[in-house]
Amino acid sequence: MTSSSLPKQTPPQGTAPADRQATVQRLAELRGGPDVPQRPLDARALAALAANPGCRRRALLDGAGVDKSAVAHALGSPAPFGQSQFALVRGNAFEAAVKADGGEVLLALLCEHTGAARPDPAEVTVPQLTADGPAGRAFRTRQALIEADGGRWTLLDHPLLALEVAGSTAYLEPDALAVHPDGTVSIIEIKSFPILDGSADPVKVGAAARQAAVYALALEGLRTVRESALLVCPKDFSNLPTGGLLQLRKQIAATRRQLRRLTRLEEIAAELPEGVHFAPDQEPAALTAAVESVPAAYAPECLSTCELAFHCRDRARSAGDVVALGRSVRGELGGLTTVDEVLAAASGDPDNAAAKDPAAATLRRAAALRAEALAAAEPATAPGPEAR
Amino acid sequence: MSLLSALARMEAAACGRARPVATVRHRHLATNPLVLVPLTTAGENGAPLGVMLGTDRSAPEVFTVPQPRDRDLRFAFLGRLAEAMLPHLESCQDEVELVERKETDPETGKRVTVEAELCADAPQVLVPTGPGVDFVRLLGRSMRFRRTAEEDPGAEHPAPPRVPLLGRWLTHYGERARVPGSSLLLSMTGLLSRHWATGQSQLEDQHLGALLAWLAPPDGLGGAEAALRAELGRDARGQLLVPPAGPATDPAFDNELLAPAIARYDKGVPGAAQEVHELVASQLRPTWEAMWQGVDLLRALPEAAHVPDRWRRDRQSYTHHRDRLRAAEPPQPRRDDAVTAARKLAMREQRQAELDAQEALDDPLVMAVRRLAGEAFLAEVLEVEMAYSDGKRPSPRPLVTVHTQDVPLLSDGDKLHRQLPTGAQQRAELVEMAGPGEYVLRLVGGMGRGKEPAPGTVPEKGDLMCWTLFEHAPRGGPGLPEPEETPWTHGGPPGEPSAERPDPVTAEDVL
Repeated sequence: MTSSSLPKQTPPQGTAPADRQATVQRLAELRGGPDVPQRPLDARALAALAANPGCRRRALLDGAGVDKSAVAHALGSPAPFGQSQFALVRGNAFEAAVKADGGEVLLALLCEHTGAARPDPAEVTVPQLTADGPAGRAFRTRQALIEADGGRWTLLDHPLLALEVAGSTAYLEPDALAVHPDGTVSIIEIKSFPILDGSADPVKVGAAARQAAVYALALEGLRTVRESALLVCPKDFSNLPTGGLLQLRKQIAATRRQLRRLTRLEEIAAELPEGVHFAPDQEPAALTAAVESVPAAYAPECLSTCELAFHCRDRARSAGDVVALGRSVRGELGGLTTVDEVLAAASGDPDNAAAKDPAAATLRRAAALRAEALAAAEPATAPGPEAR
Repeated sequence: MSLLSALARMEAAACGRARPVATVRHRHLATNPLVLVPLTTAGENGAPLGVMLGTDRSAPEVFTVPQPRDRDLRFAFLGRLAEAMLPHLESCQDEVELVERKETDPETGKRVTVEAELCADAPQVLVPTGPGVDFVRLLGRSMRFRRTAEEDPGAEHPAPPRVPLLGRWLTHYGERARVPGSSLLLSMTGLLSRHWATGQSQLEDQHLGALLAWLAPPDGLGGAEAALRAELGRDARGQLLVPPAGPATDPAFDNELLAPAIARYDKGVPGAAQEVHELVASQLRPTWEAMWQGVDLLRALPEAAHVPDRWRRDRQSYTHHRDRLRAAEPPQPRRDDAVTAARKLAMREQRQAELDAQEALDDPLVMAVRRLAGEAFLAEVLEVEMAYSDGKRPSPRPLVTVHTQDVPLLSDGDKLHRQLPTGAQQRAELVEMAGPGEYVLRLVGGMGRGKEPAPGTVPEKGDLMCWTLFEHAPRGGPGLPEPEETPWTHGGPPGEPSAERPDPVTAEDVL
């Protein structure tokens, strides 16, 4: 196992204390006032970030910590996300079972996978991290990480990390962190999906790796982070914990790039009309206008990661945006972006502006081939008995 | 996505209902498929909540588990499932036809013809969605290593008698579903989206209710509105109007209806088991109806010409599994060894290539995709000139000049293929590009063995023919090494297969 120091994060520009204060205030205004709590950047927001980094609407609302779920509800397109209490109970029970004995099981799994000797439970430091508010907890975590003794194991249960994302501070809560006696840190993720016969659902493992990569970025400058995180899951059909190492190097590089590319929130916020905010309890029309004032980049992938996706889909469909049919549709369509334009180009009407697009010739050919094949096969292909 | 299917999606979006992307049915559809609608418990691995199944749409069987986390109840459920499914899965075992097969004689090393049994039909299983297919695999995995009281009298929690056997069948069906073009186990969303394009994305097509909404929207509604209603519509109690097709349930259903009912069951309230049963059945019923609606839609399409060929392979696969069971071989291993894995992958690649070619030959709408991509062209014969090969026994090598409106990606010497009206294959080479859209081809096969070509094998002036640049029966890559010569990169020779141990019974299993 190798562990190497990660390159230092470039300091974000424009974060002089005064600017920062202004940004924090501006983001609070966008949420609807200083009393509205900021929502933490949770796993879903991180997944949305990876699925659609180019969406300004999502960037601003997630960055400002707006409760997108409430906004979607107020807009009349509530997100169908929810968690079954069965899954919640099971997940919590598993995490509690894994952490029950002061993290002994966790450290045993970690040692097994990294080849280290198992420490005596009495020699493991488990610092107290509770404090008021996220800033306090993040401070305690920071202190605990800095103070962790050389030569001893330290296990941090539910620490809180702070990360600068597009000009605002996001708080992140890893399941656990372990400081090795050599001073390096392992990120530990506890998930309730199973590892069956040595393999787990790649989509879920990918999401866990992405989450761990964000934690690794938040830990930069504090301690050297090990390149592989420990994933702890139930084994097969039982409730017994088993582990696997997640390689983070690629995920860290990809996430770093995405975070850096994010348009700075101040820039997006500066383009908003005066007085616009996203408090869900305002007039629906005003809220709709506020949401519409930030451009979105909808794609069907959003449906599984973003609370506003059904609202954005509705808009994309009524505008006839071809991306609503899938990102891959766009490939051969040149500059044509709406369904009407594409169908006009395919119809071969020379007067239509769409017919001049470079993609129009291929489209006409495709439409002719399709019509020819359908004509040969009528009427067998009608969808359903009552179709035209 | 090909431009043609993108175009079909846009037509569908513009007119508000699904549009065809196939003119024939490319998958086998049994006369009596077993429709299986499973539901699972959120957060648990392999803990079924209930299932609705049957071959008769008016008489489904429903089994449910009142407390999915109780191992004994789960086993009782799996036992009933085995008793319901196995008669169907075993129904085609005994009616066989004898076929001849070439085999290498192990003693002489010569190729000899042997007679083998081939089941005349195979049972088909239909599930609602792709995750449903995965769930069938998972159920198979969770059952096939269990031990029954008969196999292991000392076992603490013995499985009901035929549960491990059902596990092996479901594993086989789940594995077969990964072979392109196979039809033993199919998902309804996969079947429908193969044949029709909706005005939404492929991701949204995974929702069976939304997909059917585009295919047959209720009166007065467009596809988009009907699909939205299927996705999000909720009643006064906050429950979805169209429950998800599974295997996952809707969280609102879990939290508001199912969890309280299970809690009542845990407390021993009389009638609670029946209440859970009815709740789960209420979630299964709409999907059951949707499955049969899908079957009706698919039956309206005529079967493609190559489907019986591919179904024959499914029958072979079924027969092989039957033989392995009869020979009392151990259950399929947890993980394939390198040799098996390499063989499976090579076979799947070959089947995929074959499927691509056969679908194009069977369906002008699929061929249109290949024509647009320059991999096939429809041509009219302008001239035929008889010619013969040099050599002791001259064979016919007619030169055919054709004209096409298509734009094939051709260069001199390229091999071309076409299907003769008899179904046989003919090959040709490109001799010359005579002008825009004009090509001179030399026919090099498919004309019989005589000096003169067999009647009907050489086209005449004015004939229309479809030539493809791809082979119709693609061969696989080079053969794999013998198992004992497996390279070290793949773990070396596999050695004697060791029997898999049963899944351990741990205290933790009692959840």
